[in-house]
Amino acid sequence: MKDGVNGVALAVFIFFFLLVTVMGFLAARWRRAENEHSLDEWGLGGRSFGTWITWFLLGGDLYTAYTFVAVPAAIYAAGAAGFFAVPYTILIYPLIFTFLPRLWSVSHKHGYVTTSDFVRGRFGSKGLSLAVALTGILATMPYIALQLVGIQAVLDVMGVGGGEDTNWFIKDLPLLIAFGVLAAYTYSSGLRAPALIAFVKDTLIYIVIAVAIIYIPIKLGGFDEIFAKAGEAYGQTNPATGAPRGALVPPEAGQWTYATLALGSALALFMYPHSITATLSSKSREVIRRNTTILPLYSLMLGLLALLGFMAIAAGIKVQNGQLAIPQLFETMFPDWFAGVAFAAIGIGALVPAAIMSIAAANLFTRNIYKDFIKPDATPAQETKVSKLVSLLVKVGALAFVLTMDKTVAINFQLLGGIWILQTFPALVGGLFTRWFHRWALLAGWAVGMIYGTVAAYGVASPTQKHFGGSSKEIPGIGEIGYIGLTAFVLNVVVTVVLTFVLRALKAPDGIDETKPEDYTADAGDPGVQVELPPATAGTSH
Amino acid sequence: MSQAPEESRGPVVTPVRVVIALCLIAPFVAMLWVGSYAKTDPAFIGIPFFYWYQMAWVLISTALTMVAYKLWQRDQRARRGGTR
Repeated sequence: MKDGVNGVALAVFIFFFLLVTVMGFLAARWRRAENEHSLDEWGLGGRSFGTWITWFLLGGDLYTAYTFVAVPAAIYAAGAAGFFAVPYTILIYPLIFTFLPRLWSVSHKHGYVTTSDFVRGRFGSKGLSLAVALTGILATMPYIALQLVGIQAVLDVMGVGGGEDTNWFIKDLPLLIAFGVLAAYTYSSGLRAPALIAFVKDTLIYIVIAVAIIYIPIKLGGFDEIFAKAGEAYGQTNPATGAPRGALVPPEAGQWTYATLALGSALALFMYPHSITATLSSKSREVIRRNTTILPLYSLMLGLLALLGFMAIAAGIKVQNGQLAIPQLFETMFPDWFAGVAFAAIGIGALVPAAIMSIAAANLFTRNIYKDFIKPDATPAQETKVSKLVSLLVKVGALAFVLTMDKTVAINFQLLGGIWILQTFPALVGGLFTRWFHRWALLAGWAVGMIYGTVAAYGVASPTQKHFGGSSKEIPGIGEIGYIGLTAFVLNVVVTVVLTFVLRALKAPDGIDETKPEDYTADAGDPGVQVELPPATAGTSH
Repeated sequence: MSQAPEESRGPVVTPVRVVIALCLIAPFVAMLWVGSYAKTDPAFIGIPFFYWYQMAWVLISTALTMVAYKLWQRDQRARRGGTR
């Protein structure tokens, strides 16, 4: 880290930051509908986004500080093991292709805005719907926390964050400011703000990636040189663990971990409230399938960015906190002004998803907790107000994660969220294809998965942390190390299936299913499909 | 239009649908079988096999998804047309 503040980079960073802030406020006027006080309007942008906007929006939450900071940092720290993010994003597309169109159809037919809406309608169970809502809100917080860690890493490298010796307030002040801006414009513009800003964000990111991926390897003497140096570095023994730091290729023992992390993350991604929000705001069922054919561009970007982790090693970057490796690499390799552009790309790239995530979590709270359990007769204006407030609270919750938890392995924030959110998969995806599962069995399976996952993750220690130090553990019965989330998910499914047999045999009362088979394949233009939902609560069927 | 469930018209399993399923399953087999690509050689412009192979799969899986999409569209059109 250079001493003091990097003035030029900071100025460029602030310029872009102000630009998106202004855009965020203006977004409120963009494509405005008649009634801005409906939750549908604020939270789903009126559900009228076509392929391109949906693509930016989806990309906006798929590729985040996770891509830019956490994944390259994982590679920087341990090598091949961190590259699981690439197969993870590859596996997403066939999954989207298979089940999201069905979710789109049934949601637009019945006015569902969240996954909990669907689960309640499908299984006639408020308890199950509450479980899904709570899980969604809980799991989103560490994911938002990861975004804040990304912004903080950039500020630290620019010299704004202050060192370890300053008091906590000065150290975290820039983070709090960035946070305040995010909160303010999300609050006023809803989903329109991140959709519009996503254009700026992606443009910046493409420029930075193109430059980074061509310029840095040339400066470092080519990929041969980079990987030779990296291989050497991984071979050295880590004094903390007594084992080599990492490897260029996962050893036999690490392959289960690699595969389960990839599969678990892929299954988890589309359970997150924010991914669903982006999907439902698209104009038609076709838009989603068309999107799956262009989204992989993002995966390619992710892979290229991951390689930056190796370049940081080859460039001789040495940081205690791995999250700083990439911002530090940019500062070392680029002229100051371009480092500023790169930092802005990372910063805004963290801001947009954080906004989308908090809006989605807030929608979930308002519709499935506030309206179902606290104030069933809430007016649309009240709903919107509660949503806005909760979106702030969720961000505060995330901030608490950042300020109290260990940030050196930020990727664990995302993996921890994944352990939780994955437990809603049987109810949601199971429900999209079959009504065979019994609602009580799903609830029991969810509880078992949540408890096992949380306890197992709590028990993982790392050199810097006693609890929640990692996301992989021995899989009971197999003996290989695997992603806890996937193990918990398998347990969840087993419990659900066994109990469904038992409950069906006992003829336990089945909830009422308000959906019909043809609802799952309806498209825009079919009778009864709401493309632009009426401005009211969109919950007329309840 | 597609008021009736897509699945209920004609046989559920057709050769075209098998191809669609294969297109969608292939990435899972390729990516989860880590042992098949956990090696450094042959390298491509200095990038070890492990890395460029997975990035190549981004393109392969995109192509496969696109094929699946086109086939699915055709399948749906044929079904709607065939019952009228």
